[in-house]
This record gives sequence, C-alpha cells and structure tokens, in this order.
Amino acid sequence: MFGKLTWDAIPWSHPIPLFAGFGAFGMVGAVVLFLIFKGYAPYLWREWITSCDHKRIGVMYVFLACVMILRGLTDAIMMRSQLAVAYNAPGYLPPDHYDQIFSAHGTIMILFMAMPFVIGLMNIVLPLQLGVRDVAFPTLNSVSFWLTATGALLINLSLLIGEFAKTGWLPYPPLSELTYSPGVGVDYYLWSVQIAGVGTLLTGVNFVTTILKLRAPGMTLMRMPMFAWTALVSVLLIVCVFPIFTATLAMLTLDRYLGFHFFTNEAGGNMMMFMNLVWAWGHPEVYILVMPAYGIFSEVVQTFSGKPLFGYRSMVIAAMAIGVLALLVWLHHFFTMGAGGDVNGFFGITTMIIAVPTGVKMFNWLFTMYRGRIVFRTPMMWSLAFLVTFTIGGMTGVMLAVPPADFMVHNSLFLVAHFHNVIIPGVVFGAFAGYTYWFPKAFGFCLDEKWGKAAFWCWLIGFYLAFMPLYVMGLMGATRRLQHYDVAEWYPWMLVAELGIILVWIGIACQIRQLVVSFRHQQELRDVTGDPWNGRSLEWSTTSPPPAFNFAVLPRVESRDTYWIAKQRAIETHSLGPEPAYKDIELPRNSPTGFVCAFFATFLGFAMIWHIWWLAALSFIGAFVTFVAFAWRDRDEYRIPAPEVARIDRANRSARLAALAHLGAAA
Amino acid sequence: MSITETDFAFAGGAVADVPVAVHAERSVASRRIVAAFGFWIFLLSDVVMFSAFFATYVVLVDMTAGGPSGKDVFNLYTVALETACLLVSSFSCGMASLGARARSNFMYYGGMIATFLLGAAFMLLEIRDFAGTVAQGAGPSRSAFLSAYFALVGCHGVHVTMGLLFLLTMIAQVYAKGYRADILRRLLCFALFWHTLDIIWVGIFTVVYLLGVAP
Repeated sequence: MFGKLTWDAIPWSHPIPLFAGFGAFGMVGAVVLFLIFKGYAPYLWREWITSCDHKRIGVMYVFLACVMILRGLTDAIMMRSQLAVAYNAPGYLPPDHYDQIFSAHGTIMILFMAMPFVIGLMNIVLPLQLGVRDVAFPTLNSVSFWLTATGALLINLSLLIGEFAKTGWLPYPPLSELTYSPGVGVDYYLWSVQIAGVGTLLTGVNFVTTILKLRAPGMTLMRMPMFAWTALVSVLLIVCVFPIFTATLAMLTLDRYLGFHFFTNEAGGNMMMFMNLVWAWGHPEVYILVMPAYGIFSEVVQTFSGKPLFGYRSMVIAAMAIGVLALLVWLHHFFTMGAGGDVNGFFGITTMIIAVPTGVKMFNWLFTMYRGRIVFRTPMMWSLAFLVTFTIGGMTGVMLAVPPADFMVHNSLFLVAHFHNVIIPGVVFGAFAGYTYWFPKAFGFCLDEKWGKAAFWCWLIGFYLAFMPLYVMGLMGATRRLQHYDVAEWYPWMLVAELGIILVWIGIACQIRQLVVSFRHQQELRDVTGDPWNGRSLEWSTTSPPPAFNFAVLPRVESRDTYWIAKQRAIETHSLGPEPAYKDIELPRNSPTGFVCAFFATFLGFAMIWHIWWLAALSFIGAFVTFVAFAWRDRDEYRIPAPEVARIDRANRSARLAALAHLGAAA
Repeated sequence: MSITETDFAFAGGAVADVPVAVHAERSVASRRIVAAFGFWIFLLSDVVMFSAFFATYVVLVDMTAGGPSGKDVFNLYTVALETACLLVSSFSCGMASLGARARSNFMYYGGMIATFLLGAAFMLLEIRDFAGTVAQGAGPSRSAFLSAYFALVGCHGVHVTMGLLFLLTMIAQVYAKGYRADILRRLLCFALFWHTLDIIWVGIFTVVYLLGVAP
C-alpha cells in the first residue's frame, strides 16, 4: 500500500535531522496556521498563489531563494563546525549524516537558492525593462514557479522522512546506483531536481520568447538594457542544456528503478558518460547563474556612476561569446578521466579563452566607473566587492584550466575554494546587489542603508576568512568531503574558516534586521517617484510598485537609455509632454493551474520516491486533468477600463511633476 | 538619508509622449506568432533532449555484454510498417490543419481521426515489437546497448502517446468551442509537435535501425 514507506523512515534515532526536520516543518506549519487563522488565506490565494503577474511571481521566487539560503547556510555552518572540531576526533556528525549535508548543501544552493534568485529578479525586472505588460506565457510562468517550489519542498522533506543522497551534489555513478546507494536518498535528489528542472526549462522557453518577441515599440535588440541581454544568454543556455540534464537524470532513474545499464559497472554500462552528460549541463549551468548577475552589475555600475555603460556593443558580444564558450568546456571538470593530451588540451584552452570575454566585461565596468560620479550605495558596494573578489576566483580558475596543474589539485579544497570564489561574489553578491537595487521597484520603499552596509562588510570579510584558508589547505593536500582529519597543519586554517562562516551568519542576521527596520520605517524610505536611484532604463519610468499593467501606454523607445534621455528632455523643457490617450488594458486573469499542478507533482514525486505506484498514477492523471481544465477556459483575460488606467497614470505623472518642480525651485 | 528627496526623479510619462497607437500594435508580435515561436523553442529543447539519448545510444551501441546486437533483435518488417504509419499520419495531420483553416469539418475531423488511428497503430506495433524483444530475453536490463535502445525508442513512443492525448484534446476542443482563434493557436502547436516527432523518427530509423542492421 505505501511502498517502501514505513514508520522507520522517520529518523527516530538520529536527533540532529529529527529535530532539524521537526523544527523546520514545525515553523513552516506554524506560519501557515497563523496566516490561516488571521484570515490572510483568501488574500494570499487571490493576490499571490494564483497570480500570473510577473512581478508577484518574481517576488515569490526571491522569497523561496531567501528561505533556501538559510537552509543552505545551516548546512554550511554544520560542516565547518564539524571540521573545526574533527581534528584527531570523530566530531559530532557521523560520516553518514555528514555526506548527506554536503550533498544537500550543493544541491540546494545551486538549484533552489541561486536559480530561484536570478529567475525571480528576471521575472520582476525584465518585462519592465523591455517596456511590456507581462511575459509571453503568464500562466506557464506560474507553473514554473510552483514546480520549483515543489522541488524545494521535496528536497527538504528528506530531512524528516527518509534520507538525502550521500553522493555529492551531482550523483556520480556507480556510487549513486542501486547497488551502492540502496536507500531513497538518491531518489529524493532525482525527483526533486527533475521536477524543479521542468519548471526551469519552461521558464527558459518563456523568457526566450518574451525577450525575442515582446518588446516595446522601437526597442531593437541593440537598444535593450544590458540586463536583458545577459538574461537572454542565460535563458538561451537553459533551453540548450536543461534538456540534457533531464535526459541524464532520466537515465539514472531508469538504472535505479527498472534495472537499466546506462552507468552501471555491469553489462557494458559506462559511468564516465554520466560525467560527460551531467557536466554538459553543469558547466553551462554556472553561466546560467552568473550571466544575469553580470547584467545586474552592469545596471548598478552605470546607475551609480551616473554614466552610460562603457562599450555596450563589446559587452553584448562578450556576453554572447561567453554563452557559446560555456558549451565547450565541460570536460575540464574531469581532466583526470584520462581522455588523453589532445582532448584535455582542447578543453583546457577553451576554458582559458573564457577569461577573454570576461576580462572585456571587467574592463568595461572599470571604464564605466572611470571619471564617473560614484555613489557608494549598498548595490554599488556589492558590485565593487564582486569586481575584486571575482577576479581572484577567475585567476584560480585559469590555473585549474591547465590540465597538469589540475591533476595536482583535482577534488582538493583548492577546487572548493575556487568555485565558491566565483559563485559567491559572482552570483550571490550579484543577487544581493539586484535585491537591494530593485527592492524599491517591487515594494515601493527602499532598504535601510546602514544595515545593508553592515551585512555587506560581514559577508565580504566572512567570505575571505571562510575560503582563502581553503586554497591554502588545498595546496597542502586536503581533499574535499573529508569528515575528519589528523593533519596538524590544517587545524588552524579550519578554525579561521569556521570564523568566516560565523561572520557570514552575522551578515545574514543583519540582512534580516535590515528587512525588519526597513519595513517599520517604510514611510521615511518610500520611493515616491518610482525612480529612487536616478536610473536609466524603463523600469524606473513607472511607479514603485508598478501598477498591474506596468505601463499605461507602451513606451516608445528611440535609443539606448531611453528613459534617461526622456528625463533629460523633461529637465530642459520643465514638462512631461502631453498626456497620452489612455485605452482599456487587457491583462491575464489569475489561474490556480500552477499551484494545482505543483500539488499533484509533489505527490507524484513523493510517490515515485517511495514506490507508491497507485498514488503516482493518480497524481499524474490529476496533473493532466488540470491541464485540460485550464485549456477549457473561455475567458483568460480581464479588462482594466481606460478611466482607471488614466487615474493611476495621472498619479504617477503628478508625482514626477512635483519632483520636477522641486528641482526647478532648487535650481 | 531620506529617499523622498532623491533628485531627478520624474519624466515617467515623457517616455510615452510620442503617438504610439500605430507602432504599439505593430511592434509587439501577434499572439499567434508568440505562441508558435514559444512552442518552437520548446520543441528545440525537446530535440536537444533526444540528442542526449541519441549520443548515449551511439556510445553504448557495441556494449552488448555478450547479449544480442541490433542485427539479432531488429525486425525491419515491423519498423517499415511503423515508419509508414507515422509518415502517412504527418500527411493526415497536415490535412487536418488545412481543414481547420478552411473551416471544413469533414477535412478537420477526418484528418484528426486518421492521424489518431495511424498514431495508435504505430504505438501498437511498437509495443508488440518491444514485447517480442523482451520475450526473447533481450529486455533493457540485458545489456547497456539494449538499455540505450529501449530508452531512445521508448522516449519517442512516450512522446507519441502524449501526442495522442494532445490530439484527442484538440478534437474535443474544436467540437466544444469551434474554430476559435485560441483553439487554432493550440492546433498549430499540436501540428508542430506531431511533425517534430516524425523528424525524430526519421533519425531513429536511420541511426538505430538502418545502421543497426548494416553489414
């Protein structure tokens, strides 16, 4: 009846996962009950859960990412604390549990923290920057989000019911095959990641279509803001490589469930094919994450330098070049496979070549700042820290691209230091810069600067303390995924790294404090005009938060930085120009499709993990019926009448006229 | 510092002060274009997924682990019938599309039903073929070659099955709601999907079956 699921699946005899699981789900359950009893449930259902508004969906993505970063950092501090005490000692985490923690840490941080964060920011910003009212397929967008949330739920469920994979964040066979991993851990990985991956793929399809087919009149490709370009590279890569990941996971699933022999030791299976396939996805995946971050840095640097982006055209070419090269380097993850000098040489060189377009971007950012009037607000601080820190990580990457050097430090802590040194300043700092930069656009008030800067310094110093020692230990020969050790020379470095992660946690505490303080002082921090940073692109031309329809009339784009130019014209002429002719606007209606699909997908995943076949079949039918029911709908749009549009837009115009008058009085 | 005093913030309306009515309609692509373009992108991603299965098959094709090879298990007679079913179904699917455009119920329903019957016949032949192979003791767990074979061809079969469900939904939708613009957009997507499966089958026919029995 319940497949492999029994009472023993709950880790009664393991106090740490038991308390963590009950604690986490207890808290989530308490929050849900609180919201229901307070009567917020209908509001949440109407305004958020069923919403197809790209801004709402984006906010939910970022919220999910923020919850998941807490989970991922909890894993991180548990690992670092283990290593701080496990010198000549077993420590407090048994190997069995430690292995699950590092696997969960990587999986969650990449797929359920970084991905939702950048996709959330793309959701909030892209349609606004392109000057349109929504993405190409709003309901599909909601489906994408809820499938991602399903994956996140399943992966966290493994804390409480069963176990998680002990194979690392990519389940390398043959270790991940049924023979060596008979438990449900790898199955949790496979189904949660597969379901979330479908969501990501749909996001890719949706945004490629949005960027290439939906842009405001006059917005040619070469007039798009830089963030739109880098997001385009990112979503094109999603469409190119996520299907490979889907296929690879499907093959491992077939191996484990139906006795296939893709990657097994026996019957002719080839485990190195898994490495090739999974990294053909995995390496582009890091560019999927970092490209939007490059876009965020571009927006932030030009805004806070008060100058147009230096070398726009070369930035575009560099971004596209990185997108292509990203597909040609996957083998550098396993030079030690022994493919021979020619193959390793080819992939070593392609890897080094990526440093060229990346260098172009670096210099363009520097030249954008050069002789600019730099304003040191929090988003700019994150960007500056990125420029310096990422360069270090990039240089160690070029070192690793040399196959003989790579043989020396393969799977050592040097590698761990390297990829944290690119992903944290690249993706995480970028996400935080974007979060601070666009927060007023999403919520109508800015974030507190003081706590933001405090968080920034804690994160930055914490990062260096946590990861620079790993370079040192890697060169001393420390391998990754060690649960305990007996080398006296490593011990002090391990303690420094522990200090680093504690500092990062203080940074997180500052960020939570920042949210609370900003929420309390939102009246003082309110963004009245919709343009708090003196921005350049179209998202700043509408109110904060924008109305459901984003723009009362679609903006007419005549050049790059079109809003900036319109703004200068307004300053000169002291007027906004004539009021446009307002028309009725049609917007997508809410739809529970995404939520209902995810509901069934959750049960489907859970049933497959535990081999509860009847439930799996039932859930699949449920999801299919949901789709057909959605397709049966006759009316999928609602209409906002022109007078209502006019009322909302006049408020925006009068706020801007007041700012214009204020400026005139000052001058 | 207080954000309310931020400088230079206005001109939101000024961006839109040029007459936009004409351009607005022209610039943002029509729904038909958007839907078809998005579906094309999805299909391309599906092709990428198949290419992963193709690559795997090519890598594993000689890994028979002492078991049967392609020559021993492929039945070209069945494969020829399957191919004929699919290719003709692409034609009838095209007729159904033309019928929908011409608002001809006979052509539309006739084309769709013919497509369904041919697709179902394809699936029956494939399942019968698979069952026969498994009964010979050459199931997917016999060797890596057979794993890759069943996964690649089976993945196509799963797609055809989904296509058949899609097809039935489209018949029901046109029956219930008529040739409405949004239904026709979906019909366009269905036709794209069906033809793509045909193209993939041509790849399977060549790489798996023809090369499999080649001397």
